[in-house]
Amino acid sequence: MDINTIVSPENLVYAKPELMNNNHMHYCPGCSHGVVHKLLAEVIKELGLQEKTIGIAPVGCAVFAYKYIDVDWQEAAHGRAPALATAAKRLNPDKMVFTYQGDGDLAAIGTAETIHAANRGENIAIIFINNGIYGMTGGQMAPTTLDHMKTSTSPEGRDVHTMGNPLKITDLLAILDGVCYATRQGVHTAAAVKRAKRAIKLAFENSMANKGTSIVEIVSTCNSGWKMTPAGANDWMVENMFPVYPLGDLKNI
Amino acid sequence: MSEEISLMKGNEAIAYAAIRYGTDGYFGYPITPQSEIIETFMEAAPWKTTGMVVLQAESEVAATNMVYGGAACGKAVMTSSSSPGISLKQEGISYLAGAELPCLLVNVQRGGPGLGTIQPSQADYFQTVKGGGHGDYRLITLAPNSVQEMADFVSLGFELAFKYRNPSMILTDGVIGQMMEKVKLPEYKRRRTEQEIREQCPWATLGKTPDREPNIITSLELDPEIMEKNNERFQAKYREIEKNEVRFESIQCEDAEYMLVAFGSAARICLKAVELARAEGIKVGLLRPITLWPFPGEAISKCADRMKGMLTVELNAGQMVEDVRLAVNGKAKVEHYGRLGGIVPTPDGVLQALKEKVIK
Repeated sequence: MDINTIVSPENLVYAKPELMNNNHMHYCPGCSHGVVHKLLAEVIKELGLQEKTIGIAPVGCAVFAYKYIDVDWQEAAHGRAPALATAAKRLNPDKMVFTYQGDGDLAAIGTAETIHAANRGENIAIIFINNGIYGMTGGQMAPTTLDHMKTSTSPEGRDVHTMGNPLKITDLLAILDGVCYATRQGVHTAAAVKRAKRAIKLAFENSMANKGTSIVEIVSTCNSGWKMTPAGANDWMVENMFPVYPLGDLKNI
Repeated sequence: MSEEISLMKGNEAIAYAAIRYGTDGYFGYPITPQSEIIETFMEAAPWKTTGMVVLQAESEVAATNMVYGGAACGKAVMTSSSSPGISLKQEGISYLAGAELPCLLVNVQRGGPGLGTIQPSQADYFQTVKGGGHGDYRLITLAPNSVQEMADFVSLGFELAFKYRNPSMILTDGVIGQMMEKVKLPEYKRRRTEQEIREQCPWATLGKTPDREPNIITSLELDPEIMEKNNERFQAKYREIEKNEVRFESIQCEDAEYMLVAFGSAARICLKAVELARAEGIKVGLLRPITLWPFPGEAISKCADRMKGMLTVELNAGQMVEDVRLAVNGKAKVEHYGRLGGIVPTPDGVLQALKEKVIK
């Protein structure tokens, strides 16, 4: 069988999502962002929501999320994405509005905007990438950094007595009456990617159905910031992140 | 048809005028002396009539960023606050300017710095017309001196904001916000449909249609060559606004030997001071900047050629006086009289200051 036969359309089992464009990604090899972006593009296409989607990009590694997925985007100030999303959705109730935020953006500087948007039950989906670190600025400690985890601003390891505890923000959000769906997922295995995709799809459907706020936390790797190989980072995440941030639904009503 | 005249506070006039203008959304947070704005919206419940969204946010920071999210959809959205709250909004204002988003901001000033006082002040002049947030940007700044202008400047502010894709601010104070006067509210205008917004604001993020590329609203550009071009584009726009949109009122300046320069509530006090001065035979006029940016520097400069001296009157320690002096450029004596920390000057005080500082 020659190569042309193998790549013929009827043998196609995998392709780049239609809504992902050809811009070169700035993400590091091995980073979870690329996988999650792909899932967003697939889900928006499968739900037929391209013309109805307004994405809100954060400040952090995903600041350029708007360059890769062909929908309308707004770029927020650091942490303010849920405030932008609140207005975008309230003024356009027929649209699907989602934010895409990292742990520094969502759980540190944007804690107030996150909690209050969720508490009001804004009909938005929040995609939350938790890699326990500030990736974009070079690996500083985040609210989600694990106990004893070394970062450039906790070089001897996070001391929870002086630097605070890992913030389980999704658990906090799950208890709010405005939240209809809170889940924690991973994208470290093929099976996990499938589950994460189902979670994103449900969150986007909830936004369209005006059911309340959905939060999909993706426990992610930052192999560059963690100074590990991509495979090593996956193993480290399973061993160290998952016990603190266990995967699964926290709320689904 | 009989004219519909109402008696109301300046703050209330802003809210009613906004509903009638067809504003799509208001996002606010309570702070004295402007809480009547959000209270009036909540009382009027425009979501039941025009469909306008009104939301009490968790903070001024969030409220401004809600304005960003709404404005990025091409909607006519606004927020209001008073001085300490406006400081919190500066982050969002810089982003709004950087992303070139039209919106209406209202600052009902109170005395500062810090928590200061709840009494009126004009001490946020520098913050408003010189920047406030980070970066080289300008806010179209309107200074009403009556309840009627509070109502009228809502539509003017929005129109200029959309014309130039730039935030507008109504810079007023506790005097104008709290005082009651008669006002004729504007006629009701229908809110724009999504289709109209898509046509008028082709940049709006309302969902990508097959006939265009994705719309991206951002202030970010890491390539300094492009970022310099962006800034040059902003500056060209600002020069255009300076050329086209200067507004001021000139009162009894034709035969005047001395001129007062004052805006907003201070201009109302100066009106009486002009009357008192003329009763004493002193020929005094008043130039009232209506737009603080763009500033009527040229008009002031022309007046300077034939004035013996000028006095700016402000509810601050001397802010606009710097712009007046720049405009006058040494051609005439320019002095400043102000009361601070929430004290409102009296007409007698203004006249006395004119005599002591300028006439001598």
